[in-house]
Amino acid sequence: MSNAPKRSSSTSTVTPADSPTPRRTLGVGRVLIVIYAILAIGATSRAAFQMATVYSTAPVAITLSALSGVIYIVATVALLRPGRAWYRVAWITISFELLGVIVIGTLSILVPSIFVQGSGIDGTVWSYYGYGYLFIPLVLPVLGMLWLRSRRALVAGS
Amino acid sequence: MIEWYAIVEVAVAVAAGVLCIILGLFRLKPGDLSMGAVALVEALLLAQLVIAIVAPLVGNPPTGSLIEFYIYLLVALILPLLAGFWALVERDHWSTVVLGVACLAIAIMVVRMNIIWTVQIA
Repeated sequence: MSNAPKRSSSTSTVTPADSPTPRRTLGVGRVLIVIYAILAIGATSRAAFQMATVYSTAPVAITLSALSGVIYIVATVALLRPGRAWYRVAWITISFELLGVIVIGTLSILVPSIFVQGSGIDGTVWSYYGYGYLFIPLVLPVLGMLWLRSRRALVAGS
Repeated sequence: MIEWYAIVEVAVAVAAGVLCIILGLFRLKPGDLSMGAVALVEALLLAQLVIAIVAPLVGNPPTGSLIEFYIYLLVALILPLLAGFWALVERDHWSTVVLGVACLAIAIMVVRMNIIWTVQIA
């Protein structure tokens, strides 16, 4: 069974107004996407630099930074793209970010030695709940989830 | 990097950022004022690039990693272009807020760049 008929029936007779155009309805979400994009560029380029130079001094922290950078990139793309599949990807990546900042944030306080070995590397984006990044990594996933939730009806209709 | 110039850069970027966000929240589309403020921030960054190239040659070398410094500077230089491009493509008031967010991010990055250049604990 295919869902093609559902699409074609609306294109021929009914007005095209009922085909959703999420691009135009991003609204405040675009601010969110920009913050995600900046964080993605920041975390990724920083991790790339550290991998190339001081990787051996704090491999766990730097690997985590690289991972978080990739997650932010995927989340940024997922927020930008319309459609159900990307909507799901956005939920997964943003949930992962929240989990990451809580778990790594807690670990960085309880067992800081995992991440820093007197190397001058101030941990990951998620260390101390994102303290080094103005707590943006902690706040952003929550805002992202609220925004995704507000778009649920819109995506379900597509 | 020159200390007072960095302070000017951060001050202008913060002012431009706050201005754009306020304009955006008052539902103003990107206009001469907001785009001009962002252009000013970009111009200051371009001058910063020149300063960063010249400074080591005249006895003001960075104490930290020059590569890391340039990564920050490069990203900071690209940000206004991306935000400005988006503002021209989708002209609504959220684009103005986006311009402001980009300016604030630049302010933070300039602070970081200044730290890399001047203060190294290690």
